[in-house]
Amino acid sequence: MTTTTGAHPTRRLILQGAASVALLGLGNLAFAAPARAAANDKYPEEAFRQKGEADAIKALYGKTAEPSDKVKLDAPEIAENGGVVPISVTTTLDKVSSISFFVAENPFALAASYKIPDGTIPAVANRLKMAKTTKLTAIVEADGKLYSATKEVKVTVGGCGG
Amino acid sequence: MASSIRVRATANGDITEVQALIQHPMDTGLVKDSKGEVIPAHFIQQLKFECNGKDVFVADWGTAVSKDPYVKFSFKGAKKGDELKISWTDNKGASDATTAKIA
Repeated sequence: MTTTTGAHPTRRLILQGAASVALLGLGNLAFAAPARAAANDKYPEEAFRQKGEADAIKALYGKTAEPSDKVKLDAPEIAENGGVVPISVTTTLDKVSSISFFVAENPFALAASYKIPDGTIPAVANRLKMAKTTKLTAIVEADGKLYSATKEVKVTVGGCGG
Repeated sequence: MASSIRVRATANGDITEVQALIQHPMDTGLVKDSKGEVIPAHFIQQLKFECNGKDVFVADWGTAVSKDPYVKFSFKGAKKGDELKISWTDNKGASDATTAKIA
């Protein structure tokens, strides 16, 4: 008798504990996502460490993007030197807060992420390294949502050599 | 010492176009040198542009940004003669900063 009544509270306690941990976890996620998306100054170390594109997008933004023809990605069809591929993106979307570039088959997918404060025009040009022929993705964060454009770039000499 | 940052900022009406070129090896940490030893990662992590006390552009970079990085963007609200402050920090804690007058 004493053993069964003794066991019940413990089990309940454990269950309650687990539930509150789960709730806390959810709460953290819910708070972390907007904080990450906002124009804070912190370097997104975690996102840059992700190998796959989907993981990197998730680590950086905590959500997924939908393709949009309002995002214009400009990159060469063929890059002779994968070490220096000129890539630019422009968009007609309003309320843009950030623009990021992902190279699908690079050792680490996230290449660069730019914060676009109010008053800055949502267009960026830069030069990236590409290990091999692969898909290039630009993601524009506008009004809290993610929009993407992709383009396949053929690389004749990879950007990983010396 | 000459600055590692070269910037050109030109105002055209309300819009200022900024082009920056930075000297930096941007080593990925995945490449070996001629002796077969890995060259440790050394790359710029954050590059910031400030004008009139406000961040106008912040770049977070990984190792996939090309050596001697180049970036171009435009922003509104500045005029000729305003100062643009540019600064970067890399993964080894090194940094550099410079200011450019908007032409």
